[in-house]
Amino acid sequence: MHELSLCQNLIDQLTDLTNTHHAVAVARVEVQVGVLSGVEAQLLQSAFTLARAGTVADAAELITEVTTPRVSCRWCGAESDTPPNNLCCLACDSFDTQLIRGHELILARVELVKNEPLTL
Amino acid sequence: MCNTCGCNLSDGNRHLLSPPLNRGASGSTPEKILNGLLEHNDRQARINRARLDAQGVLTINLMSSPGSGKTSLLEATIRVLEGRLRIGVIEGDLETENDADRIRALGVPAHQITTGTACHLDAHLIHGALDQLDLAQLDILFIENVGNLVCPASFDLGHHRNVILLSVTEGDDKPAKYPVMFRAADLMLISKTDLLPYLPEFSPDRAERCLRHLASMVPTLHLSARSGAGVADWIEWLAAERDGYCELLNRHQTLTPRVESEGRKLHAPSPRITFRPLASTS
Repeated sequence: MHELSLCQNLIDQLTDLTNTHHAVAVARVEVQVGVLSGVEAQLLQSAFTLARAGTVADAAELITEVTTPRVSCRWCGAESDTPPNNLCCLACDSFDTQLIRGHELILARVELVKNEPLTL
Repeated sequence: MCNTCGCNLSDGNRHLLSPPLNRGASGSTPEKILNGLLEHNDRQARINRARLDAQGVLTINLMSSPGSGKTSLLEATIRVLEGRLRIGVIEGDLETENDADRIRALGVPAHQITTGTACHLDAHLIHGALDQLDLAQLDILFIENVGNLVCPASFDLGHHRNVILLSVTEGDDKPAKYPVMFRAADLMLISKTDLLPYLPEFSPDRAERCLRHLASMVPTLHLSARSGAGVADWIEWLAAERDGYCELLNRHQTLTPRVESEGRKLHAPSPRITFRPLASTS
C-alpha cells in the first residue's frame, strides 16, 4: 500500500509545478505505470482521490497508462513482448535479456490551469 | 545524464516526445523538470549512499517474506565474522524491538525502525537510522527490511546490494509469483535448507529456474542458519562483494543494486506541461 505515499510525492511535485508556472490548479495528470514497477494503477487511482483533497490537484483527473514488459535479447538481438514473470527471449529462449519497457513509473504529462488568457 | 542523451527513452515513453516539444497551437510549453514519482525517495537515497560511501560501509538490503530467516541469517553471519569485519544492523518491523534486541545480544550495534503500519522502509527512514549509528566503526551494514515480498522492492534506500531470501517452507514458485521483488535480487538465498528432507515438494532447481525466467543471472546460494550448511559460501560472497566495493571506492565510484542501475536508464524524461485557461475548466 505504498501508492498513497507515492501520491503524496506526486501532489508535492504538482504543487511545485503549479507555483513555478504561476498556475492556479492542476487539470489533468498522466502517469505511466509499468506492470513491473511495483505499483498498481488501480490502487494509485484510489490513493490519488484521497491525496488530492484540498490541494492544487483537488479537481485534477489522473490518467494511468499501464505498460507491459518488452525485452531485448542480448544473445540474438530480437525484441519480444513477454509476461511479467517470464522475461526470456521469445525467439531463442535465452534468459540473457534486458527489460526495455514495463518497469517505468513516469509522470508523463501535466495540464495546468492558468488564470489568464493564453498567449500563443 | 539520461535527460541529456536520451538513453532513458523506451518504446513505452518515446511517443511522449512526439510531436516535438515546442510551443504549438495547443499552448504546450517545454520544461525541464525533475520527475519520476519516486524522485523524492531517490534523491534521499543518493544522499544516503554518498554518506555510506564516505565511510566505506558496504550496505546490504535483506528482503523476504516474514519468517524466512533474515534475523537468524544475521545472527549466524555476525558469529562467523566476529573479529574479521565490523557489522551494524538496521531492523525494520511494524512493531517491537525484538529483532534489534537479538542483534544487540551479540554485541553488534543495531537500530530498530518501527514503521507502525508502513509495509516497507524508504530512504528517509534510513536517513534517520544512519544518524543513530557510528558509521566510522562499521565495515558492513545490513538493513533488514520489513518482511514483505511486494513493496520493499520499489524503494532505493541508498544501499549497495539486494539479497532476497526464499525459505524452503514458502514454495519454490515464489519468484514467478513476485517478479518485481525477485528481479531486484543481486543474490537469492534459499534458506532453511535443513528442512528440505521434510519438504519434498520444494525443488531448489525449480526455484532457480523461476528466477532465471525473470532474466536474472544473479547467483543463488543454499543455506541453513541453524545447521550452518552453506554459511561459508554466503560469507565468501559477502567478502567478494566487500572487496569489489572497496575497489570501486578507490576509483571514486560506487555500487548500486543491479535493478537500480538498470532503472536509471528508463526513468524520467521531463513531463510535458500544457496549460488550460481558467474559463474552460468550469
